Amino acid sequence: MSATTAPAAKGNGFSIGRLLLEGRAFFALIAIIAVFSFLSPNYFTVSNFLIMSSQVAIYGILSVGMLLVILNGGIDLSVGSILALCGVCAGAMMQGITLDWAGVILYPPVWAVVVLTIAIGALVGALNGVLIAFFKVPPFVATLGVMYVARGVALLMTNGLTYNNLRGQEALGNTGFNWLGFNRIGGVPISVIVLAVVAILAGLMLSRSSFGRWLYASGGNERAAELSGVPTRFVKITVYTISGALAAIAGLVLASQLTSAGPTAGTTYELTAIAAVVIGGAALTGGRGGVRGTMLGAFVIGFLSAGLVIIGVSSYWQTVFTGAVIVLAVLMNSIQYGKGGRKS
Amino acid sequence: MTGGQIQGNPDAAEVVLAARNVAKSYGSVHALKGVNFDIHRGQVTTLFGENGAGKSTLMKILSGVIQPTTGDIVLDGRPVSFANANEARDRGISIIHQELSLAPNLSVRDNIFMGRELRGPLGVDFAEEERQVRALMEELEEEIDPLTPVEELRLGQQQIVEIARALSVDSRILIMDEPTSALSASEVEVLFKVIRDLTARGVSIVYISHHLEEALTITDHAVVLRDGTMTAYAPRDQIDLDWIVRNMVGENYDLGSPPDSDKRGVALSIRNLSVPDATGKDLVRGLSLDVKAGEIVCIYGLMGAGRTELLETCAGRLRATGGEIVLEGQEISHLSIAERIARGLALVPEDRQRDGLVQTMSVGQNLSLASIASFTRGLFTSSRAEKKLIDDSIRNVTVKTSGGAAPIGSLSGGNQQKVVIGKMLATKPRVIMLDEPSRGIDIGAKAEVFRLLAEGARQGLAVIYSTSEVSECLSIAHRIIVMHKGRISAEFDSTVTKEKIMAASGESVAA
Repeated sequence: MSATTAPAAKGNGFSIGRLLLEGRAFFALIAIIAVFSFLSPNYFTVSNFLIMSSQVAIYGILSVGMLLVILNGGIDLSVGSILALCGVCAGAMMQGITLDWAGVILYPPVWAVVVLTIAIGALVGALNGVLIAFFKVPPFVATLGVMYVARGVALLMTNGLTYNNLRGQEALGNTGFNWLGFNRIGGVPISVIVLAVVAILAGLMLSRSSFGRWLYASGGNERAAELSGVPTRFVKITVYTISGALAAIAGLVLASQLTSAGPTAGTTYELTAIAAVVIGGAALTGGRGGVRGTMLGAFVIGFLSAGLVIIGVSSYWQTVFTGAVIVLAVLMNSIQYGKGGRKS
Repeated sequence: MTGGQIQGNPDAAEVVLAARNVAKSYGSVHALKGVNFDIHRGQVTTLFGENGAGKSTLMKILSGVIQPTTGDIVLDGRPVSFANANEARDRGISIIHQELSLAPNLSVRDNIFMGRELRGPLGVDFAEEERQVRALMEELEEEIDPLTPVEELRLGQQQIVEIARALSVDSRILIMDEPTSALSASEVEVLFKVIRDLTARGVSIVYISHHLEEALTITDHAVVLRDGTMTAYAPRDQIDLDWIVRNMVGENYDLGSPPDSDKRGVALSIRNLSVPDATGKDLVRGLSLDVKAGEIVCIYGLMGAGRTELLETCAGRLRATGGEIVLEGQEISHLSIAERIARGLALVPEDRQRDGLVQTMSVGQNLSLASIASFTRGLFTSSRAEKKLIDDSIRNVTVKTSGGAAPIGSLSGGNQQKVVIGKMLATKPRVIMLDEPSRGIDIGAKAEVFRLLAEGARQGLAVIYSTSEVSECLSIAHRIIVMHKGRISAEFDSTVTKEKIMAASGESVAA
């Protein structure tokens, strides 16, 4: 997963300051791991890393989608709500869909639930994309509106209640929903494997496919990209659709981990995802950033808050620390990009 | 300093503000190369020059908007340096920019006092501000209510507000960059009357205009800039239109000659094309034009003549309301930009920063941007095929760069322009359109760009380029089309004179 970040100037010389600046998310992660390992003997263990990683997975999957949107120069505030809506939809399908006119209750198999849920997420994401690309609604406003609508629909569907016990029943042939959240392959939680697959696919797409090039170009200068024959509207709709689909996957993972789906799940997750992307060095103005950085950003946030819990710091302080890290990251971004381009 | 103010002998008037050997560089682009410039007390000095000659740069330096790279600004005989425009304004130097800098949502009064509101005991003293604005408007003979929002005024009236704002600070030196471009004839007359009143009061005016005759009626001195150097200076009684034009465009200015190419078959045919602006007014009106393969056509015209709209409509960015665009026999008006590029029609846009380059990408990624499909193998791009394309492009259009991985911002303006041209040439077009390809690049780069185009035409490429510099019409073009208000007002072959072209464009030069 290399070369996903914007290529830096060659021959600028090797300086420690520059190395620290460009690898800041990586060094931050190392520092976090070192400090917490020193403070608590329980931190630096394989089992703890796997637990922390499976928590990071939810944010990580969301932040890959957010990265694509931010590379396009947009923002997606609706991912937290799409996550909840899709979780609730999955829950409803697991509980059985009552068809009154036919007098039957349908219990779709788990694979169908997963496919349908991802399709719903992609559809809501595509709605964002169409609003932004064709109706010229600013991304912030369009996704803010969809954020409320999706949350509201999730609440309406459940009347504000939570679907519990999504394990399914052997007799109905729909067991296995908790596989995503609980099982492990070779000791690694499924959710972490899902995150790795998503990240690798996104990394390949960005660095090797023509779509990736279109995305970097239209995020860097949409007018120039359009005049060069890049289908900028298609790119826009696609990134919001992918972001919605990834939010649905995150919703499935979360619902599976909890074996329950609530309409208030994922509140403010969109902000964490944005933070991960920013800490990962992506520019909010678009065109700059990569999957590697975003993953590091997600792990920095996840490992930091988990570490603070382990050493027994109050959750209020966690909020303060996370905020400070975000501000610091943006500060570094402006140092890196503020000078970029005009140099030499 | 040559003594006091003597009417009728302009050269003897005191120099209030002067530029001494002022140079300004942006990276490797030299906008000004050691210019000397005097402003005399109570007189009008007009600055002539083509686009990109450095007029606006010089005026921005004199008014503190930007700082010179080298050289001095001398105010009242003492060298000064202004950190910003406010500092210059405090010393009595005001500038009226070519682009209006008004807040359209605010009233005339609020715009005129923006940033220096009059303080009263209860916050801003609106009544006093309004009184002063009314007095100013009376002086300017304009019936503009101080409380009208600026967006409700006509463009000409907005220009008047801009002038009133400069007058309201009691400027000693007033710089006007194309103040009449949006004014009606009667408004111009009022403005000239105001200018005469001001000079009589000892205010010095620096005036820039493309309207040569108009400028001659008001000016006391003429200074001509060309490519960042001052080429001529003379008081009013020693000059005429010919003198200005000759000095503006230069005599020995060689950008090549029309190449001998096989002109066969119409490559691009535009029939009866009309393009509206946002309000439905036609910017291009029923224009028809045929360009043959191997032919180079130059489109000359002033700002707002519709050149950019014509080319952008052909490229597919703008939609036409009527007419046909036929590329090698195929009607293409319904196709997307990408499909037109695939069929061999490419546009190099006018504003390379805004429309041409992706600043976050490298030189190589910019060069390959329009032809990604050509190095995509299945799902993925082939970095080897891309590298070959990039290396070929860098060689073909002779971009001076350390390599494809260099950031695009590290190149000079001329080389950036070559990247934009190289990007479109890499799509292997049949017809290439270039909107002001020479804008903001120096003579050397201009010549190289034109050499590239001539070479393309020799190989059967149809080339259309637009320009607002007459000297560029008389270089490689086989045919010169003059556009005026959305129509073709004249068509010449390559033997035409500069004066004839300028006359046909509506630029007021007696031919």
